[in-house]
Amino acid sequence: MTQAELKPIPVPDSDSKPYWEAANRGVFSFQRCRDCGRAQFYSRSLCSHCQSKNLNWESSKGTGKVASFSVVYRAPTAPFAGDVPYVVALIDMDEGFRFMCNVLNCDPASVTIGMPVRVLFEERAGSPQKIPQVEPLK
Amino acid sequence: MGKKAIISGVYDTKVGALPESTCMSLHTEAGLGAVADAGLKISDIDGLLTAYSFTSPQLMLGGVFAEYVGMQPKVSASISMGGVTAGLMVHHAESLVRAGICRHVLCITGDNRMTGLGERVQAVMADVGHPQYEQPYGMSVPTAFAQAAQLYMHKFGLKHEHMAAVAVNQRANAAKHPNAHMKKPITMDDVAHSKMIASPLRMLDCCLVSDGGAAVVVSAADTARDLPRRGVEILGMGEGHTHEHIFMAPSLEDFGCKDSAAKALGEAGLRHADVDCAHIYDCFTSTLLICMESMGFYERGQAGVAALAGEFAIGGKRPVNTNGGLLSYGSSGAAGGMFHVVEAVRQLRGECGERQVRDAEVAFAHTLGGIFSGHCSMVLGRM
Repeated sequence: MTQAELKPIPVPDSDSKPYWEAANRGVFSFQRCRDCGRAQFYSRSLCSHCQSKNLNWESSKGTGKVASFSVVYRAPTAPFAGDVPYVVALIDMDEGFRFMCNVLNCDPASVTIGMPVRVLFEERAGSPQKIPQVEPLK
Repeated sequence: MGKKAIISGVYDTKVGALPESTCMSLHTEAGLGAVADAGLKISDIDGLLTAYSFTSPQLMLGGVFAEYVGMQPKVSASISMGGVTAGLMVHHAESLVRAGICRHVLCITGDNRMTGLGERVQAVMADVGHPQYEQPYGMSVPTAFAQAAQLYMHKFGLKHEHMAAVAVNQRANAAKHPNAHMKKPITMDDVAHSKMIASPLRMLDCCLVSDGGAAVVVSAADTARDLPRRGVEILGMGEGHTHEHIFMAPSLEDFGCKDSAAKALGEAGLRHADVDCAHIYDCFTSTLLICMESMGFYERGQAGVAALAGEFAIGGKRPVNTNGGLLSYGSSGAAGGMFHVVEAVRQLRGECGERQVRDAEVAFAHTLGGIFSGHCSMVLGRM
């Protein structure tokens, strides 16, 4: 398989290294501000709510709800073409932050707004990096 | 700030598949066209604003253009903010003119995105997704905009037939424009049965990819008496910027357009009901309806009902996108938004022929960049 046929693999930077390393350990991590108490996703060098640099890493319980979603029938790039139809969703995690991922292990037609989901970690060809995803919480 | 600014000249090129065109040929035709329309010469232009190009990326597009045509502007800048850029260029030009720094600012957009990118266009567009938090999930641009549409359907009763009505109306409008990219009439059924791209968005809910360019000249108001065209005054402008990536949007219901429209109307001292024609960024049918509601033109859930009832038609209660918009007139990168500005000016000048909105005195134009990320609204008035 050539590089062009692989799905994009995240390249961690100094802000995101702890997040992606935690994913490889099966932990869905996020930052919470020690000053204003609010959670943020994605990880950064400062709190996007109050600009404090006093941040703490926490581990998510891994549960949340579908805030919205779309079933993709036309993939943007070739590596995703074999997956259609697939779901791209926005997930509101119970800890108070939102992230984007695919909803796996279900019929795309069964996905609804408000549906409870839980995080899992997808392994992909061509990289040891595990990718946070969700599946329906049964 | 000094006296109000005017838009003294406009021009748009042919749109569609223009295989002979380049980024620079479109810039040259549009730029010189707008300057000529204003009754000016390139040597009269003391400010130059350009956008960006996907087919011919440049570190300094403004510098490349100025060198190519042989101008040495007093002020030059290139703005790269996606689809909102055209509005931002007019806003910055207005500021330069009102501050007395420039007399005539030329704002040029254009790209040969259709023939220049070909099949690569979807992949190039998907690059706007966050490389770590969006691209690994196969997010296309339609997928990102679909998130808000899906929620709107769930929460506010948006129906696909509402969206389809937008597409059908704009195709009918485009058929009345000599330069439009897509003029073949479409029916509600055509939209409903067009290929699903990213639910709930179907092919005919999505804007075109076109080659094309457009430009305007923003001038000091006191130059109006010396210029050949009926002046169009910039009565009010506003911006709103809330996020870059859709998962970071503070709301999926209200966006920066709420602030940008309020500021533009407030500065103009006008209300929504005073707007005779609206020219709203329509990368997708749903985007237009959601923005119309967020901007306060309609109550929640009512814009689609209005579209279906025919209110957006040229003879309707609130004509929208009389040129056919990005959905049917054309969409060429930053020029997509500039086409809306050009059409708004032509409506106020009374130059639109069978597309003309009767007695159009106040036009509202709105551009949007990213995924509902950045917004710019302007209220224009006939002098």
